Formats: sequence, C-alpha cells, structure tokens
Amino acid sequence: MSGTYLGMPAFPAAAASSTQDARLRANLRYATHTIRDKRAKAVAELDDWARLRAAGAAVKDRTLRHLDHYLEQLEESVAAAGGQVHWAADAAEANAIVARLVRETGEREVVKVKSMATQETGLNRALAEAGITAYETDLAELIVQLGDDLPSHILVPAIHRNRGEIRDIFRERMGRWGRPAPEGLSDAPGELAEAARLHLREKFLDAKVGISGANFMVAETGTLVVVESEGNGRMCLTLPETLISVVGIEKVVPTWQDLEIFLQLLPRSSTAERMNPYTSMWTGTTDGDGPRTFHLVLLDNGRTDTLADTVGRQALRCIRCSACLNVCPVYERAGGHAYGSAYPGPIGAILTPQLRGTASELDASLPYASSLCGACYEVCPVAIDIPEVLVHLRERVVQGGKVTRRGVKTVLKPAKGHAAERAAMRAAGFAFDHPGVLRAGQRLAGRTRRLHPRRLPGPGHAWSDTRDLPPVPAESFRDWWRRTRGEERGK
Amino acid sequence: MRVALFVTCINDTLHPDTGRAVITLLERLGVEVGFPEEQSCCGQPQYNTGYRHLTEPLVRRFDRAFRDYDYVVTPSGSCAAMVRDNYPRIAERAAAEGRDGRDLADAAASAVPKTYELTEFLVDVLKVTDVGAYYPHTVTYHPTCHGLRMLRLGDRPRRLLEHVKGLELRELPGAEECCGFGGTFAVKNAAVSAAMGADKVRAVRETGAEAVCTVDNSCLLHIGGMLRREGAAARPVHIAEILAATEATTKAGAREPAGTEGSRR
Repeated sequence: MSGTYLGMPAFPAAAASSTQDARLRANLRYATHTIRDKRAKAVAELDDWARLRAAGAAVKDRTLRHLDHYLEQLEESVAAAGGQVHWAADAAEANAIVARLVRETGEREVVKVKSMATQETGLNRALAEAGITAYETDLAELIVQLGDDLPSHILVPAIHRNRGEIRDIFRERMGRWGRPAPEGLSDAPGELAEAARLHLREKFLDAKVGISGANFMVAETGTLVVVESEGNGRMCLTLPETLISVVGIEKVVPTWQDLEIFLQLLPRSSTAERMNPYTSMWTGTTDGDGPRTFHLVLLDNGRTDTLADTVGRQALRCIRCSACLNVCPVYERAGGHAYGSAYPGPIGAILTPQLRGTASELDASLPYASSLCGACYEVCPVAIDIPEVLVHLRERVVQGGKVTRRGVKTVLKPAKGHAAERAAMRAAGFAFDHPGVLRAGQRLAGRTRRLHPRRLPGPGHAWSDTRDLPPVPAESFRDWWRRTRGEERGK
Repeated sequence: MRVALFVTCINDTLHPDTGRAVITLLERLGVEVGFPEEQSCCGQPQYNTGYRHLTEPLVRRFDRAFRDYDYVVTPSGSCAAMVRDNYPRIAERAAAEGRDGRDLADAAASAVPKTYELTEFLVDVLKVTDVGAYYPHTVTYHPTCHGLRMLRLGDRPRRLLEHVKGLELRELPGAEECCGFGGTFAVKNAAVSAAMGADKVRAVRETGAEAVCTVDNSCLLHIGGMLRREGAAARPVHIAEILAATEATTKAGAREPAGTEGSRR
C-alpha cells in the first residue's frame, strides 16, 4: 500500500487474499458487529425512524432534481457571507485549485479534517507534488497516514488495525512527522489517544491553513456543516487563518429545516449516537472569529453524469454514514481495501463504478461484490436501494448501454471477459423458454448421473473447491408429474 | 380456488422431492394443485447477473403458464421475490427504453398479486399454522435473505415449524446473516462466498441440530454442499419436506427422515 488505489487487482482477486488474513477478519468481525448492534439499538429508540428515513430520501431526491438551482443559490449565499466559490469539474481541477490557493497563502503545511471528497481526489498526493505537506488530524486518518496505508472504511478508516498495530505505528512513525510518541507507549486506548492528542496539538497551533470537506451545505444561508466526534474538526475549522473546503455538489440541502432531518439520521446510523458530539457550522467569514479567508471548492467528478442515470442516481443521496459497510457480510470478510476506492463496501460498489466508470477491470468487478442479501438497503438512512443499483450496474458491465460521461451521452460497449457467461446465459434462456429442451437436458443429466464427477473442471471449480455438488436425481419433477399425474388438464 | 405449483427450475431439476412435498402437503390440506408444464424459470439468475433482457420472455412465459390460476405457490423465497419485486421493474425498464412494455406490464400485473411463497400461502391464505406434520428431529432454521428482507416472511416459517409434532427448534446464532450463496456470486466471488458459508456452517454445527431448514433450496445447495464437504452430520432440508412429513409417512417406510433420500441421497 502506498497511498493510491491505482493499479489494484479486481475485487475477487483482492478479496481472495484478504479473506485469508485471519487477523484482518478478526479485527473487522469484532468492529463491525459491535457497531451494527449499537446502531440497531439507537435506531429502535425512535418511533418515527421510517418516516425520518422517507423524509431524508425525499429531501435528497428533490434537491438533486433541482441541483442547478440550489448550487447557484448556495454560491450566492456563500459569496454574500464573504466566502469565495470555485467550481471543479474533476479531481485534477479540484486538486489544482486547492494547491494554488495554499501556495497563494505562502504556507507549505496544512491541517486536514477528515474528508471523503479529498480522499476521492487524492488531494494529499497532489499537494505533496506541489511541495505542500498535509497533516491528517482525525485519529484514524492519522493512523492511516503514519502507517503509509489506505483507509478501509468511511467512518473508521483504520478499522483494519487493532490496538497493538496502532501502538507500533505510533512508536515507529510519529517522530518522522512531528512530536514522537511518549516513551513506553502501551496499547491502552487512553494512552494511544493521549499520544495522538499531544502529537496533533502542535499541528493545530502552528497551522495557518486548514482543509476540510463538509457533510452538508445549506443553500439558503451558505452555511457549511461538519459532523465529527473527536474535536479535531473544530480545531481545523476555527484555528487557521485560511479555510479551504472541498465538497461534492450533492451535499447541498435547501434549508436549515431540511438539515434537522439529517442531523437525526446521520449520528444514529453511523456511530449509534443520539446526538452528534461536535457539529461545526460556519457561514462565510466573521471578523475576529475563525478563519479570515474561506474558499469553497465544489466538486463534480462524475456526479452530474451519475445524476443523468435514472436508476443509479439514488446513490447521490448518500450521507456517508457507513451503516451499509457495518452490516455487509461481504465487506466484513473482504475488508475495505479490496474495493480499491475511497468508498468501500456496498455504497462504494455502486458509487465508484458510477463516478469512475466501468472501464477498468477493478471498477467493472465492483457491482458483483455482493450476494444481494439486502442488509445494506435495510439500514440505509436515505433508503438507497443498493441491490437494485448493483444489478443495474451489472447490466451496464455485461451489456453496455447508454451512459453520460463528462456531460456527453455515449453508448458503452460490453466489458471484456463476459463472452462465455453471455453465451451460457443465452443458452439457458433458450432452454428455459423451450421446456422440451429443458426436459431433454434434465433427462440427459438424470441418465448420466452416475458418471458425474465429484469436482468440476474449468470455471466450475469455483463451486466445487469448497462445496460438494448436489446429486442429480434420476427423475425431474416435471417427469414425475407427467408419469404420475398425466398432462395437466387444459394445458 | 385454482392453485398452481411453481416448482422453480432448481427444484424441478435437482430437488423434485421438494416439489412432491408441496403437492403432498397442499393436498393433505384439501387444496387441489395443478402443475402447468409450460412453466420454467423465473429469470432470477439472468436478471441478477445483468441479463435483464433475457428475462423478458420468461416473464411472458410465467404469465401464460399461470394465467388461469388464482394462486401460484412456490417453495422458494427468492423466486417469489423475483416475481413480486422485479417483474414490474422489468416492464418499467422496457417502457423506459422506448419499447412497448405493455405486455410485460400486463404479465407483471397478473403475476404479482397471486404469487405466494409456500409459508405465506399457508399462513396468509389458508390461515393454518398447524399443518398436521410430524418430524421427530432437532432442526435449526436459517431465514434466507430474500425471504427475510424482500418478502418480509417474518415469523411465518417459525410458527409453522413450532406446530410440527416431535420437532425441536434450535436457535441459529447470527441467523439473519447471509449464507454467502447469492447465485452467481458463489462462483464470481468464490473466496468471499466460501468465507461466509464457513461461518454459517459453523453456526449450524454449533446448534447441534440434525437438520438445517430454509424456505429456499438454492441457499441449501451452498450450505448443504459445505456441510457435506466437511463431513458434518447436519443435513439440509427444505421446509416443505418437514411440513409434508406425517407420522404415517415416517413410520411407513422412511427409516431416514425427509431430506436424506432421493434428490439429496
């Protein structure tokens, strides 16, 4: 791992190796089961959860339908409050804008509050290339950064690490980035947190530039909202002189009244908290209070294209709570890195192939990284029907079809490597639509059943490596019916 | 009331015992059951793998096969969910693609309200929970994902099992977690599927039950295949075969209980 998802293998190959990592499996099982049980209790406390969820989905849908209007309203509100708005069509443009804004301050270091959007654009790497060092201040992001690692979870980026591993990373790496870990650091949670506090405190006090994302942007007032639970966000948002926020365009909500819904849905879904611990809100700039300069970089990077897809667009409702990761049996076994994106888990499996397209082998494999068990849809606080979108994207992979790329409608070709499957599906389709052919096939299988191998050759070994084959009965149901009951009357 | 069995392609080909059990059970409850031979597959494997267009002829075929019936009963949660959740969607998408989706919409409108998974039909339509079954074994019940989350079967299967004489129900730890089958997922992501299956099989073995029961043979294909590979004593049994068993059939010939003979050997 070296801070980039580029060149990673397709999901099945990555997962085949991560499922063999016993420590990773144990870390993930413990963490996801703990948080999923807590979430279930926190959600069960509210009688009106189903209505809140429906309201959240409806507000997001309405806003997305009129996204152009609300974004322009937001731009006006932010400008009126003393902020400057920049529009970034893609990751490269967003990174270039941020690097330029930082250079213009004359600073060479920035502090960051955890932001999915800047993970998505690979901002830290772009800043490093521009000679700017970005310090992550979220505890888990700090662990990931010090370990030269990649995040594996939306909310808990170091969920794949246990306490012992974190202690080792702190001991070995903290000194290279700033204040070293205290002598004799143990793996007690309190000691680890204190080491991080001491290390980060220096960064907060020195920083002149802060970089953030945002969970929500309120169009009517131009207010940005960051929801976090460590207080590092509050530091990054208030102490620096310049604040630069990089936010996906789908994060806008029309009014404060709408915000009320999401500030109930998000904490219970993500951390199982009734109320979020640190909710920071700011509107442009205020003399003598917080940053003097505020820049908002609005990021598209495939979102408008996603919006053009009537089935897939519901993925843009996502409020990044990560409840779907915590209930996903596939995520629990494969781990977040196998998804090769800042967005792992079920939401990543539908978001990444839409934002990045399905051209790479990895991105084309993501829609299949699910057993379609539906647990994700059930817990999603904005009712994204993830299985529906997964199946829709599978269709895009095997059949191609109309998509929008950078605002232009084009027709995708089917992905490579599905020719044999397509032929098999067509043959099965033919047999199922010609019951005489189906019956002949069943009889052939029944007569030859003593000759069937215990293990399958070729691609079939994927089944028979771990499971016995079902024995084929001598007689199919339809043959039994015909033999014992005769032709169905009237048919 | 004209009732048809939609046996499903997997049961037809690999588990005819399950289909026979549904016939036995429903006839014992006084229901006359037909089997229109025009039926084949609901289209779920194709649909869920991304071949939606290949399912369209099967939607029309389903409707043709069952048009004259008031109820279509199927011993499969996921095939019932395919009809109810996805048939209307298939029609909508065809229309959205500028094709005439009216025949598909008609087919869906006819199929959706009358299609019932077996335990739904027993509890909601026939309004029975005691079907007079006898099955003197320890059983653990795995609620399949599509039964649990798409059909919302709730406690229907459990209520039926609780009324089976001689049956002792054992709680399955982590029951609501997917077994890892997932159709083509089982081969496309074989490693993750096997890891999920291994956890499910461990949970089944922990119960000490003689049998693991579900409303779907497709999940049992995976769970049972792993149990057998491990040489475990627990065997997979479809709920229909438990509900069809009586003291008479148990004494009459079956030295072994349902699920160990015929299709599953």
